[in-house]
Parts: sequence; C-alpha cells; structure tokens
Amino acid sequence: MRDRSLFQRMFEPPSLTEMAPASRLLTYAILILWAIVVLFPLYWVFITSFKLPFQVNDGPDFIPFVDYQPSGHAWRYIFVELGNDTLRPYMNSVIIALTSTVLAVTIGSLAAYALVRIQYNVKIGTVAGFIVLLTATVFAITRFGTPWHITAVIALALFFFFATSFGRHFKRSLGNNDILFWIISNRILPPVVAVLPIYLMFQRVGLLDTHVAMIATYMAVNLPIVVWLMRDFFAGIPIDLEESAEIDGASRIRIFATIVLPLARPGLAATFLLVLILAWNEYLLALFISTADAQTMPLLVAAQNATRGPQWWYMSVLIVIMIAPIILMTILLQKHIARGLMVGAVKG
Amino acid sequence: MPQTQTAAISRTEPAPPKFGLAEWIDQQTGKLFVLPAVIILLAFAIFPLLISAYLSLIKFKLATGGFSLNYVGLRNFKKLFYGSQQYHLLGTFDAFGIFEWTVFAAALALVAYWFFRFFTGGYFNIPGFIGRLITASLFIALLWLTLATVFGGHPGSLVVTLFYVTVGVSLQFGIGLGLALLCGQAIRGRNAFRIIFFIPLMVTPVGIAYMFRMLADMQRGPLANIWQWFGLGEFSWAADPWSARMVVLTGDTWQWVPFMFIVLLAAVENMPRDQLEAAKIDGAGSWQIFRDITWPSIAPVAATIVLIRLIEAFKIIDLPNVLTNGGPGIATESLTLHSFIAWRTQDLGGSAAVGYTLLFVSTVTCVSFFNFIGQKTRKTEA
Repeated sequence: MRDRSLFQRMFEPPSLTEMAPASRLLTYAILILWAIVVLFPLYWVFITSFKLPFQVNDGPDFIPFVDYQPSGHAWRYIFVELGNDTLRPYMNSVIIALTSTVLAVTIGSLAAYALVRIQYNVKIGTVAGFIVLLTATVFAITRFGTPWHITAVIALALFFFFATSFGRHFKRSLGNNDILFWIISNRILPPVVAVLPIYLMFQRVGLLDTHVAMIATYMAVNLPIVVWLMRDFFAGIPIDLEESAEIDGASRIRIFATIVLPLARPGLAATFLLVLILAWNEYLLALFISTADAQTMPLLVAAQNATRGPQWWYMSVLIVIMIAPIILMTILLQKHIARGLMVGAVKG
Repeated sequence: MPQTQTAAISRTEPAPPKFGLAEWIDQQTGKLFVLPAVIILLAFAIFPLLISAYLSLIKFKLATGGFSLNYVGLRNFKKLFYGSQQYHLLGTFDAFGIFEWTVFAAALALVAYWFFRFFTGGYFNIPGFIGRLITASLFIALLWLTLATVFGGHPGSLVVTLFYVTVGVSLQFGIGLGLALLCGQAIRGRNAFRIIFFIPLMVTPVGIAYMFRMLADMQRGPLANIWQWFGLGEFSWAADPWSARMVVLTGDTWQWVPFMFIVLLAAVENMPRDQLEAAKIDGAGSWQIFRDITWPSIAPVAATIVLIRLIEAFKIIDLPNVLTNGGPGIATESLTLHSFIAWRTQDLGGSAAVGYTLLFVSTVTCVSFFNFIGQKTRKTEA
C-alpha cells in the first residue's frame, strides 16, 4: 500500500470509513454550490433592503460599502412611517399562526393518540346516514332557502334517531385505519375548493376578516398533518407505562397528560414548528378570508407591488422581518425537526 | 354492543361497569379525544365540499339589492371542457405528428402490459380492476391532452399544473436525494449544511416569488452581467411562455428541495452501517451499493415524501400569481390560480367547477400513486 501512484491516492479511498480525496473534493464542491444557491437569493434580499430606489434601478450592486452606500430608508419607512400598518399585520400573523398552531397540535394530538390506543368501530350505516342527511341539509338550505339553524337541528335529530335505531344493524364497520385515512385525505382537498364555502359561511355569521375566522380555518387545514405526524410518535411510545398507570386507576386523560405528552415532546416540537411555518406563510386562504383588520404578513408583502411598480426595497425589509423569527426558532429546534419528519415519513 | 351509543363512534372493548360522573367521562374519553378533530374536519372540509359541489352547478349573478343564483346543471363544466373556456382549462389543440403518435402508442402499450401483468399475476379482483381502469383512463387522457397541447398548441391551466407537479416534484426529489446522499457521507460540517439547506422552506412563498422576480431581472438583477454575456440582455423571460414557466418552476424547486433533502438525509443516516461496510469490503461499486442497499432501505420514505409533495404540489398558486400573474396570457396559470381568477371575476360557478376538476385529478393521482407505487416500495423492504 505504501507506494501507490498519485492517481491511486487521489481516487481510491484510504480506508473503509474515509473517502478518496478526489471524491471528497467533489462532494464539498457540490454541497457548497448548493449552499450558495440557497443563501445567495436571501443575501440579495437582505442587501436590497438597504438600497435606495436608484441603486436598485441602476443595475446590480453586490457588496454594501464597496459597490454602494447602504441606507436605512426602507427600514425607516416600514417601521416609522408605516408604523402601525406594519405592526398590525405582524401581530395578526403572530396571533393567528401561534393560536391556530397550538389548537391544531392539541386537538390533532388527542385524536392521533386515541387512534393509536383505542379501537374504534364506526358502523358503515351510520356514516352513510350522516352523509345522506348532510347532503339533504345542504340541498335544503341552498335550494329551498330554509333557515340554516332549524334545518341543522332537524338533521341532527334525525341523525341521532337513525344512528341509534337502524344504524346499529349494519354489519360492516370502519376501523381506526379508515378513520385515519379519512382524516389525512382531507389534506388532498385543494384549499381553493373549500375556501369559497368557508368564505360564504363566515360571511353569513359575520366573522369575515376576523382573527377567529382565520384561526379556525388554519387550524382545520393543518389538523390532518398533525394527526399524520403525531400518530407515529405515539405509536413509538412503549405501552407498558400506560398500562401500569391504568392499573393504578389513572384516567385516560391523566395518562395522556402526565405520561404520554412528556414522552412525545420531540415529536410535538417538530410538528409544532412545521405547522407554525405553514400557518405563518399561508397566502391563499388569507387572501379570501381577510381583507383589512385580520390581514397577515404574506398579504402585506404582496401588497408592496404598488401601481408605481414593485417596491423592492420595502418588500425586502418585510421578507427579512418575516423570515427572522422562524429561522431563529428552527435553529433552536433543528434536531427535533429532522427526527420528527423522519418518523412521520417512515411509517406514514 | 353493550354500552351506550350516542354518537357514531363507540369503543369495542366493553368498559368495566363504573358509576358516577367522573367514571362516565372516563368512559367517554375515546369519543372526546377524536370528536373535536372529526367535527372540525366535517365543518371545514366535508361541508364546504358539498357546498362547493352545489356552487359548481349554479350561475352567480349580481342583481339589484344582492345577487341571484340560477341552477344551470352541468353547464359550468361543459363550458370548461367543450365551450368558451376550453382554451383556458384544456388549452388549444394541435394535430398529432409522428412523434406524438409514437409516444402515445408507447404509453398505450405500457398500460396494456400493466393490465396483462395484473390479469396473469393471480391477484385479480374486481375493486383492483376498477381502480386500475380509473388510473389508466386518467393517465391516457392527460397524456393525450399534454401531447396535443404542448407541442404546437397552447397548454391550458390543467396541463400547466401537471407540468409543475411532475417536473417540479421529480426535480426536487432528484436534487434532494443527490444532496442527501452526498451529505450522508462521512464529511465534516454536516450539521451546518443541514441548517443552511433547510432555510428555503421557512420563507413565505410570496416572498420567494418576489425574490425570484428580483433575481430573474435581466437588466438590474444580480445575474444581469451573465445574461448580457450570453447575449440575452434584452430578453424578457416574462413574455415567453416556457421561460416564464421555468422561472416559476425554479422558485418552487428552490423552496421544496429542502423538504426532500432533510427527510431523505434522515433516512440515509438511519441505514444499517454494517451492510454498507460489508459491501465495501466485497468491493461493490457505488452504483451497486446504491441500487442494492441504499435504495431499498430508503424507498418507503422516498415514496411517502413524494406522496406528500404530490398532494401539496397540485395546490400551487402563490408563485405564479405573484411572479407572472398567470401570464403571458394564461401560460403560467395553475388550476388553483385559474379558479381564483374566476372567483375574482364573480364567476363563482366556474371557479367551483375548476376547483372540482383539480380535486378529481389530484385525488386520482395521489391515490393511484399511493396504491400502485407507494405500497410496492413497502413490500420490497419487507
């Protein structure tokens, strides 16, 4: 092995766990190239936020203080002149994203845990009855203009009557996997199909352009993802601990809160962050449901495309202040994310 | 079933008899845990779905003092598939040439072979047959549509969406897998790369769209000198259909490679080390190692994330809306954007009809992928 030629030393790995110098070089070259592809656009946005309009329009300037003299005018405009008009959407985004994420993770985790540990058995007749009645209700309200609350009450009463009488006599039933598949399949539903009726629904009850409407919608949209990811975390927790607690007489809720949740913390962190990112960046639903009071940051960014042409410098500031908190949180939680997505994907 | 059944869901294992409110609550926890999620999804997914189905059958008109809804049956769909809006959804067609016929015949042969394998494979069953029939018909129809519009004609929003989905997801998967394999080797700084590569996922798609508009500016953007060097200084990508689509695709890829990368890297890192080392001792080449060891062990993960991406990719709207506003003409319009534009022009029925078309195509595609490709990767693993 001592007198290998230069060629061999370049292209043959020195040992099993090490790479040959040539391939190591190539690997780093490609990885660094992609890092540049990732970072350069962000760098460009960052420096554009310190440019004056004429500096942007004159052509590419790459390095502040060398190519051009940075100016804080865009930052001053966004924070001082716009002031509350920036702060309001920002706070809206914070409130809506955080609240909807907390709710989605809570409700979704409960459902995911239950689907892992409790056997469900839904009669197919009950489900069919429900669908028929729901269709009839929608039909009655939209076609014949019956008042929606009365129709809903009648339909619910009919449903319970149906479920407790005929519903029981159907043999075939749906198990946990069917429920799970149904929950996840809601994610396939394109938001644009659901958003028109949701818009009309909120308009009817006078909640359009409010935090409540946005939070409820985001929570519903992200719920399937939470169930999908959290189910696998719960499935990975050994059942022995829960069983011994049950023998000691602890209730399910108690077991869930004191034993299961602490063990699933990494999964909760990863799911929380992922859903938070989705809610924070969401655009289409916000476009429909919020117009002024509940406007969120993505809409404000899009609004910088004014009649005078896109205001790149203001836009850049907004993009920077939108990314900053998320990047910070991700770096803090980054170990969990990889693991969290992994578990969800492996068994999903 | 012995216990009380007040709702659709019931526990199968009979609970031990207990009395009192606390015990009753404890017995009902099974329902309490799942019901909130079920009710929310019913209210925000199933109920809207039904309303939307109704909307797709009406014509919405602003009238004095409000609006009027007229039931028009399937006319909204008819307009999209045969009528005045056909160019928008399906595109304008061009006659097949030799190339188109060859591809089409090859695809037909492939589908025939697929059915032949199914019939002779010994697993024949009626639901499986119907499922394959639906998948195959949609595949053939979409292929025909693509061939008829992409070469010569003008593709409509359906084909453009398919372009974003198929080309986008393949690109993202290819780059993500490549980076994950490189990063999964014994190299230093893996964590730094992991954090850096994850960043694009955190940027709001609207922001990405504007960012790429800045970058793609051929006169004032950072790459202006490179474009000029290629003699493209005066070229306007926004005016050419394919370059506009490519810019949208680039933005989408930039954002979603990280997702593929991070999950595939985790899968690569989880691979059994001993097998790898044994293969290396036996002198296996890197392609052999990839094919026989790496790929089988990451295939299930790969199938799942491709499925997740497929589901999300069909919904693309932010990028084309902000980058190109769907233009030039309708060249970069996705189905969601098409539906949104219809909504903006008060055409509620047309908007819902486009939405339903999208729902149908994406559901069949995702379910087909899950059943015919996703499941297979699991079997090979076992």
